[in-house]
Amino acid sequence: MKRGVPLIITFVVGTVLIFSVFIPPMENLGENFTLFFDIIAVFAFFLGGGNLLRVHLTKLTRRKRDWEYSIVTIVGFFFMLACGLFKIGNPGDISASLTAEGSWFQTIYDNVFVPLGSTMYALLAFFVASASYRAFRAKNREATILLIAAFIILLGRTPLGTFVTGWIPDSFSVLQIPNLAIWIMNSPNLAGQRAIMIGIGLGVVSMSLRLILGIERTYLGGEDK
Amino acid sequence: MVVPARAVPEPADSLKADSVEIIIAPPTSPVVSDFKYDDGNSLILTWVPSIDDLPVGGKVLSYHIFRSDNGGEAKKIAELIPGANYYKDEDLYSDTNYAYHVVALSSNSRAASFQTASIRPQREWVNLNLKYLFFIALIIAASVIYFIETAKRGKKLFVRKIAGLEAVDEAIGRATEMGRTILFIPGIHDMDDVQTLAAITILGRVSRVVADYDTKIRMPVARSLVMTAARETIKASYMSAGRPDAYNDDMVNYVTDEQFGYVAAVDGIMVREKPATIFLLGAFFAESLILAETGNSVGAIQIAGTARPAQLPFFIAACDFTLIGEELFAASAYLSGEPKQLGSLKGQDVGKGIAMLAILLGVLLSTIAAVGDTETITDILNFITRVFTVTN
Repeated sequence: MKRGVPLIITFVVGTVLIFSVFIPPMENLGENFTLFFDIIAVFAFFLGGGNLLRVHLTKLTRRKRDWEYSIVTIVGFFFMLACGLFKIGNPGDISASLTAEGSWFQTIYDNVFVPLGSTMYALLAFFVASASYRAFRAKNREATILLIAAFIILLGRTPLGTFVTGWIPDSFSVLQIPNLAIWIMNSPNLAGQRAIMIGIGLGVVSMSLRLILGIERTYLGGEDK
Repeated sequence: MVVPARAVPEPADSLKADSVEIIIAPPTSPVVSDFKYDDGNSLILTWVPSIDDLPVGGKVLSYHIFRSDNGGEAKKIAELIPGANYYKDEDLYSDTNYAYHVVALSSNSRAASFQTASIRPQREWVNLNLKYLFFIALIIAASVIYFIETAKRGKKLFVRKIAGLEAVDEAIGRATEMGRTILFIPGIHDMDDVQTLAAITILGRVSRVVADYDTKIRMPVARSLVMTAARETIKASYMSAGRPDAYNDDMVNYVTDEQFGYVAAVDGIMVREKPATIFLLGAFFAESLILAETGNSVGAIQIAGTARPAQLPFFIAACDFTLIGEELFAASAYLSGEPKQLGSLKGQDVGKGIAMLAILLGVLLSTIAAVGDTETITDILNFITRVFTVTN
């Protein structure tokens, strides 16, 4: 019974969603099921917030390793919650928009949250360099091909590529590095990407069928005992 | 159904004329027709733009679309840029008659087209635009079910080895020997993403081995629903391993929905706890490389998998094993070793066969059509293109 009900729900919703693609009057039904998910997700958000607080309060009260950081989390959590709920510093009143220019909520979001997020994102530049260094070392044939392709594309996307091979006559323009870079991106790269996409599409079909037919039930905690 | 235009209506909006009026020609031949294969809620309006609507030096500044419902007053419903000759009106009712006219506007004058006759949107019960997609999906689904049934009857099916999945036991064993944690990252999407579902199904298999080996597993998540689903999955694995006492809710904890906040938290966990094994399975975006490189820097063995082709090169560069696209979805079936699950993987091969055949045939026919200019070949090629093109 514990597994039976979710399996029936999965079967019904999955089947309806498939048919809603092909039967126009069922389109709305498909959209409604998606809305149901959003509603459930909203309630689950309280569980997430509760869990976050519990984890950090436990860490703080038991003075676990790095408990000082938990203070930042808890203070930040409640402070933003208060700014949002009571609309502290909002230029209007309580009925004004939460994200009104000048409100504490928006100010902290713009001046603390966004820069912190951007900082994390900026780390990507350094990680791309270190990962590229490892990936492009010509340790075997495949890595050498990868290195050559990457080199051509890097050169082709910069003025240097045009400068170096611009002298090649138009009748052999395919050998100009920018054109070679375009060919690599549009032919071998695109072909590989499409092959992966076809595989993914078929994988999704197969996985969905396993879920809808109740063959795959690990996500429910396994088989009925 | 296509309805021709009829008499000129009086425009419903007004313009203040400047001192010198710039006269423009009206748009002509407005035609309204039903939008095919919908739920009876859309119409298509087309017209020939004003002859004064030119790409360079044109006098027309915009087009206004007016609609009259059940013969009532015409109201402006849309404003379009010069050059427009098409408008799809949506969210209509199938029991209401609609008539349209188009008004071209210059800086200080206007010119209205004829009004179309009234038309009702028609509801269609089946979207015939997708008939080929339906048949292809039917063939693939039928083959998946056929192979599942075949496997159930006991026929042995060959499934190629997937290196990333063969390494799962070894990776968990490594963490056990080193006495360190296993970190499982299920991506940053919610349970409505099939990649997250695939990650949770793999988690079920992984946590079963973890429970058997008595290793520690840690799973920070970015979605509350994923947290609850993951807890249930791990709990069930510990129960089936006969070790319910070893299960702890804190194995899975919610961090934040925010992408880079989540990355910061997970990177922190990696650097502080130095997990021996990291699974990065699910939907990943820009954070993929940040996570994978940090994992690499702490010396963890990493098994990654995603169905986002743009992130795959990053995982391949930074991780020890990568499940490419379909392998992520095959992982649970592969790890389970159950014949009926493996049967579903064989069913996919039929879909691959169709794709390969269509590609080969398309390349062959394109080449012949380019060389020989044969009308029949071109027709066949167009038909194949239609079959494999989804239009809605």
